[in-house]
Amino acid sequence: MSLDRPLTRNVRPDRTPTDLAAYEANGGYQGLRRALGKLVPAECLQIIKDSNLRGRGGAGFPTGMKWSFVPMENASPGHKYLVCNADEMEPGTFKDRLLLECDPHQLIEGMILAAYTIQADIAYIFIRAEYHLAAQLLREAIAACNAKGYLGENILGSDYSLTMHVHTSAGRYICGEETALINSLEGKRATPRAKPPFPQVSGLWGRPTIVNNVETLCNIPHIIERGADWFQALGLTADAGTKMYGVSGRVKNPGCWELPMGTPIREILMEYAGGMEDGYQLRGFLPGGGSTDFLTPEHLDLAMDYDTIGKAGSRMGTGTMIILDDKTCPVGFVTNLMEFFARESCGFCTPCRDGLPWSAQVLNDIEQGRGLPEDLHTLARQVTFIGAIGNTHCALAPGAMEPLASGLKYFREDFERHISGGHCPWCDGGVN
Amino acid sequence: MPVIRIDGQDYEVKEGDNLLQACLGLGLDLPYFCWHPAMGSIGACRQCAVVQYQNAEDQRGRLVMSCMTPVSDGAIFSLAGDKAATFRQAIIESLMTNHPHDCPVCAEGGECHLQDMTVMVGHRDRHYRGLKRTHRNQNLGPLIQHEMNRCIACYRCTRYYRDYAGGTDLAAMAAHNHVYFGRHEDGVLESEFAGNLVEVCPTGVFTDKPLQQEYTRKWDLQSAPSLCTGCAVGCNTLAGERYGKLKRIHNRYNSEVNGYFLCDRGRFGASFVNHKQRLDWAGRRSANGRFDAIDSDQALQHLAAACQRGGLAGIGSPRASVEANFLLRTLVGADNYSPGFSAAEQPLVELALSLQQQTRALIPSIKQIESADAVFILGEDVTNTAPRIALALRQSVRNIAYTMAAQLRLLPWQDAAVRNLAQEQRNPLFIAALADTRLDDVAAATLHLAPADIARLGHAVAARIRTARAHSPATLSPNKVSPNKVPPNEVMDEALQQQADTIASALLDAKRPLLLSGTGCGSAAVMAAAADIAAALGSPAAATVTKGNVNNSDSDSDSDAENSSTTASKVDSDAAGPAVMLCLAVPEANSLGQALLTGPSAPTLEALTVRAVGGEIQTLLVLENDLYRRGPAADIERLLQHVAEIIVIDSLDNPTLSASTLALPAASFAESEGTLVSMEGRAQRHFPVFLPAKERRASWQWLLACLQAISHPRTTDLQHFDDVTNACASDIAALANITKAAPDHLFRNAGLAKVPRQPHRYSGRTAMGANVSVHEPKQAADEDSALAFSMEGVNQFQPGALLPFVWAPGWNSNQSLHKFQTEVGGPLKGGTAGAKLLQQTGAADDHAAPLSPSAFKPVTGQWLLVPRYKIFGSEELSAHSPAIAQLLLPAYLEITAADAERLQVDEGDGVQVMDSASGATLATLEVRINDTMADGCAGYSVGHSAHQGSIFNLVAGTGVALQKADPWQRRTQSAPGADLIATDSPTNSNTAAPGGPNHV
Repeated sequence: MSLDRPLTRNVRPDRTPTDLAAYEANGGYQGLRRALGKLVPAECLQIIKDSNLRGRGGAGFPTGMKWSFVPMENASPGHKYLVCNADEMEPGTFKDRLLLECDPHQLIEGMILAAYTIQADIAYIFIRAEYHLAAQLLREAIAACNAKGYLGENILGSDYSLTMHVHTSAGRYICGEETALINSLEGKRATPRAKPPFPQVSGLWGRPTIVNNVETLCNIPHIIERGADWFQALGLTADAGTKMYGVSGRVKNPGCWELPMGTPIREILMEYAGGMEDGYQLRGFLPGGGSTDFLTPEHLDLAMDYDTIGKAGSRMGTGTMIILDDKTCPVGFVTNLMEFFARESCGFCTPCRDGLPWSAQVLNDIEQGRGLPEDLHTLARQVTFIGAIGNTHCALAPGAMEPLASGLKYFREDFERHISGGHCPWCDGGVN
Repeated sequence: MPVIRIDGQDYEVKEGDNLLQACLGLGLDLPYFCWHPAMGSIGACRQCAVVQYQNAEDQRGRLVMSCMTPVSDGAIFSLAGDKAATFRQAIIESLMTNHPHDCPVCAEGGECHLQDMTVMVGHRDRHYRGLKRTHRNQNLGPLIQHEMNRCIACYRCTRYYRDYAGGTDLAAMAAHNHVYFGRHEDGVLESEFAGNLVEVCPTGVFTDKPLQQEYTRKWDLQSAPSLCTGCAVGCNTLAGERYGKLKRIHNRYNSEVNGYFLCDRGRFGASFVNHKQRLDWAGRRSANGRFDAIDSDQALQHLAAACQRGGLAGIGSPRASVEANFLLRTLVGADNYSPGFSAAEQPLVELALSLQQQTRALIPSIKQIESADAVFILGEDVTNTAPRIALALRQSVRNIAYTMAAQLRLLPWQDAAVRNLAQEQRNPLFIAALADTRLDDVAAATLHLAPADIARLGHAVAARIRTARAHSPATLSPNKVSPNKVPPNEVMDEALQQQADTIASALLDAKRPLLLSGTGCGSAAVMAAAADIAAALGSPAAATVTKGNVNNSDSDSDSDAENSSTTASKVDSDAAGPAVMLCLAVPEANSLGQALLTGPSAPTLEALTVRAVGGEIQTLLVLENDLYRRGPAADIERLLQHVAEIIVIDSLDNPTLSASTLALPAASFAESEGTLVSMEGRAQRHFPVFLPAKERRASWQWLLACLQAISHPRTTDLQHFDDVTNACASDIAALANITKAAPDHLFRNAGLAKVPRQPHRYSGRTAMGANVSVHEPKQAADEDSALAFSMEGVNQFQPGALLPFVWAPGWNSNQSLHKFQTEVGGPLKGGTAGAKLLQQTGAADDHAAPLSPSAFKPVTGQWLLVPRYKIFGSEELSAHSPAIAQLLLPAYLEITAADAERLQVDEGDGVQVMDSASGATLATLEVRINDTMADGCAGYSVGHSAHQGSIFNLVAGTGVALQKADPWQRRTQSAPGADLIATDSPTNSNTAAPGGPNHV
């Protein structure tokens, strides 16, 4: 079990946190001891590169490659930073919370190893304020590590030193975007930065910085301890490792599970989530959080990995599915998401700041029965205008348009029924 | 130079530019909002999208933001492409979802960048059906009107206010489409440069509040190239008039001087022109002591008669034009002419001039100041004495950011990236001042010292530099001065010595070190110390000097080539050795011109007084000068009492005018032509914006008429203004180049026409005066300049000195400026306005440095008076502008908390200032506690209207005793504009609460 499900091996059935002693007893900090004793940073980097670990925050960018952009040796004297992105705010996503609350030391060990690899001397855990339990556990865990010599000066007697801080976010969705997170951490407005320069070169306080997702970092100790080949072998498809998958919506057993990367959607939905609640039919689902395109029952046999889902026209995102059932109005569903994204726009670039509220307004009109036939044209125009990466300053708005774009594709007749009927068919049906 | 292809045509563009600035520089129209030529790109508005193609085969292309896309050789773009055009339209349509369609009542209408861009992209039909979001507006004080509902969130205001100008009290707040640009609460914007928001904002969020009192659209303004008379920096302005009133001041771009920005004294301080105390008629004092209005001919007869009686003396003015001063000096004779400085000021200004003439260091333009990589300010509070320089210094400390950026291959215009990279890293700026200054926040170190100690510190820095240079023979320093300069007698305290080491090594490490001082702390020793450091650092880079032996006479010669654009000057790698800059501030718009006109050892006011008391002076002519601001009232009265005829030419009523026997109404700067010489020795010309009303005449016209009436030989053939300028240039060698300040009246644009002061769309020409007469008046002729009071003519191609307004087809806002520039941020196509006058010998650099003064030793119970300037209040004329008047403080004395305790006074109490020597009471002032005040010093507010007693009795450097004033009436209002929050009612009064209608 522990080898197949490395990330959740310390997750207890009652979800009580694993403390330092228990973590160590179960083989914790072995990866750290291995690395600090025997591996130079370049060797660690090579292992991560070879493991084919991809970022678990949603974009799936190869972690090793990201780290390799950090200037090493004396090319850039001064501070370097590692930042853990624990600002989990993607709608329908709660995978990092599980890892944070149940096994904080796994993250800390992963961060120490990541920081060692890029030779960062300061690490931050940027955590959403609502995760106050996790924040508290992390603070305690860091204190324990400082006492035990896993953190601080000359870690485990080596030359390497690292300071780690927990920073609770003031709370905006956009802080999940790594450069907005950096701005927020600096005390500035949480607006994404233009790239280039990438944070690896000029990030927090203008210094080389790596920002990684919680789940990504949690994988590091295991990869360092057991090697790249072991990690590669965990995945069922081309993508390596395991993945925290989740399901929410009208299913019998909503939740979050660590499964091999590439587990078929049907298996996740039917076996782990227990299938649809009685009386509900599956109409579609967002495979990886609120900013991914709908997939439909015809996609159930696809493997949940980055490339497969990408080819199907969506994104695996965070790997946490949101289910649309037949008794929920798809227009209302999309409207709700659009209102969320419009509200969470940082207000920096025009298409996002002014385009998303406009889309939300049109969707609201349709949902309220005030829609006009030309509204579908307006929405289609908005999808083209806002939806393309590069049209906007960051990926928030294109992500926000994904449920709308795919909703218009798969549920167009529902939109049309709202407009032609002048009311929402679901509302009249008395469901939701 | 890279070649790029735009819509099928190849263009050569400048390496390192972004596509947007390249396009604008090529004359192509491409809409934008968030980009600003002085502030670079951030990619927020997405308005400048174009299509970029991967290669010639690529038919689809992808959208890129031109402001964020560097040009690269072979790149292929389309501006016209459907994809881009549709996207740009969609951007405007999105912006318009919340923009109120209130153009008819919006002060920006007719010169609104948003209007221009909306028309440019062709957006017409509105699809959005939702509600518009609304904001509550703020009362931001008497200068700026706030109307947030119009905001399109381009972020230019906060980028300008915070990032560029260093302000802290304007910020972007909230998020999504509720983002709000304002203060944390209502109140006067704190930055001295807030007024630029009016021009930076692309729409009507921030507008000129005083203009709204009596509003005129841009197209209805008659305007002319003008100059700010607020200080000696010489910022170029565009002054606009309607109905005989000066309506507003806008920035007139000059790549070497003010660039894109003015200070608030300059922008809002000119409406003294409309003051009700302006003189309209000549007045003759009658036997009963009252003034009788007389017509101009009579006045002239009196004037001429008085001038022929002999015993004539004249007092010129550092705020009057070179020409008027020259004519007065010609009329009374050089020996009988005093330049009109105060006794303390005259030697200081003369010293400032001679130090600049005798140094080899570069006398920098504002643009060159921006390029400095290490700065040491000695004694001068530039934010309050020469404000625009403070804004330039804020840019200079950022040069390190561009160096860091270059290492990461970032380009200077990638504004956010450059700022994020450099964060708080700045080039060294050291400030040795009398007390805190507004630049302290960007300074590496600030020292608060008495003037003598500032000078000592300066010499100590120079000595260390010489020592360091002596030990490294490989340096390029041509210093012949022995490095073992005699150190000051007393030992400096250790902390100061360490500071001297730090400052010296920072200056030694710099490629473009700048020494900045001036007359502002009232000390010759301080200026001399600054010059000493410049001498120690050595000559400017060979490249800058060799050409024409440091003769910077040609206005746009080497300096332009060197810094042809803002971006180029930011990353300056000068291989030829350090280019040392020495900048010395002088007080008034033509202070340096006066020093050049008279040369050293001109009669002082005291000298004239002695002669008057001796009965040598029967008639005293005073030109645009309130003598009561030039010295203790008793001294001035002594002079005036001993003169039978006092003839005063001035525009605004003042005590000197009231003491005259004949008063002649002068035209203001806005109604007359004149040359002013700025602190860097740049001669510049202002032109009449409108004709003087009633019997007002330009001072030079009064004086020329008088000279001709008495058949003075020098002036028989003088007729036009230009003749006076030419006469002055030929008589005064130091002013020979003033003729190059601007083209003469014979200039015709494109060989054909005069330059029009009125835009094509100027309206109501036949109706404006219809309430008086229905007959269309003949357009006034302008015999003296190449400008016409007309809509007809060509406002294109002409020299920069003759640019009356900026407008181009499709570009009604000030953003049309790029159509007049050789390249974005570069010089004007017609050349940079002005002509540099200073001939530098470098002689001082080879002589032994002046000895350091003795250390200042505070004596208990005695204070050294030091001057404290304020941007609003210290300058005479701007203080009469109604908007500025609302921000004035009564005269005050700044002392430390410890001194206040010793005197048992509190903030707001009165304090009596007494001469230590004589015990005479000099003034009674309000106490302000400033714990940064140098030990043993008391700072008096310069030029402020006195609460009790005359502030002008105070002279810097006087030893005074202080005593709590009793009785004393405390003011109820504690801070300027404190009543702002309580009111938003409109008012025209200049004393009551400010505020315009607060739109809801």
